[in-house]
Amino acid sequence: MKITIAGEKKEVADGITVAALIEQENVETPEYVTVSVNEEFIDKGSFDSHALNEGDEVEFLYFMGGGRL
Amino acid sequence: MKITIKRSDFEMIYEHSLKESPNEACGLIAGVDRRDGVREICKVYILTNTDHTSEHFTIDPHEQLNAVKDMRARALKPLGNWHSHPASPSRPSEEDKRLANDSSASYLILSLMEEENPVLNAFHIEKAEGEKTVRKEELIVI
Repeated sequence: MKITIAGEKKEVADGITVAALIEQENVETPEYVTVSVNEEFIDKGSFDSHALNEGDEVEFLYFMGGGRL
Repeated sequence: MKITIKRSDFEMIYEHSLKESPNEACGLIAGVDRRDGVREICKVYILTNTDHTSEHFTIDPHEQLNAVKDMRARALKPLGNWHSHPASPSRPSEEDKRLANDSSASYLILSLMEEENPVLNAFHIEKAEGEKTVRKEELIVI
């Protein structure tokens, strides 16, 4: 099936999960990555079970934060 | 690496950071990596610090998503982020280093320790042999 990852159309396995896509895309430091599918943020706890559908739009966003100390 | 920022963008960051002080202010930077090796910041995004404190910042992920889409529409590359240190120097704190997870990013830090003399520096942070290493980039205001 075809989905859009970070604005780029890609062919992926039918029903691929968010967790499998993170691995397939070699996402750097995945523990700090937030994932949105069709502009909805996915709970980290659901990465293993959330299956993607044809035409989904996926974005990987790095957590951006810091502090004074 | 040399990195350039427009004076108007520097001033926008400064004015917003002053307005948010004593809380930390934050946002994203976008632009192009030129063939001559210079990283050019073409657009600065002012985003919400969802922590609303003087000691931490977290960029609102919804605003981050919108900014990333805007960058794409403008054919700009995400180059990193910026944040303010209202009462500490313009250098990455231990927490800044720990949470810097994009080795291709530039991290800009504006210090307001002297409000009339803001100091903006850019840093590259990457993990090497389990340790985070920090390298200052040559930031040029144009």
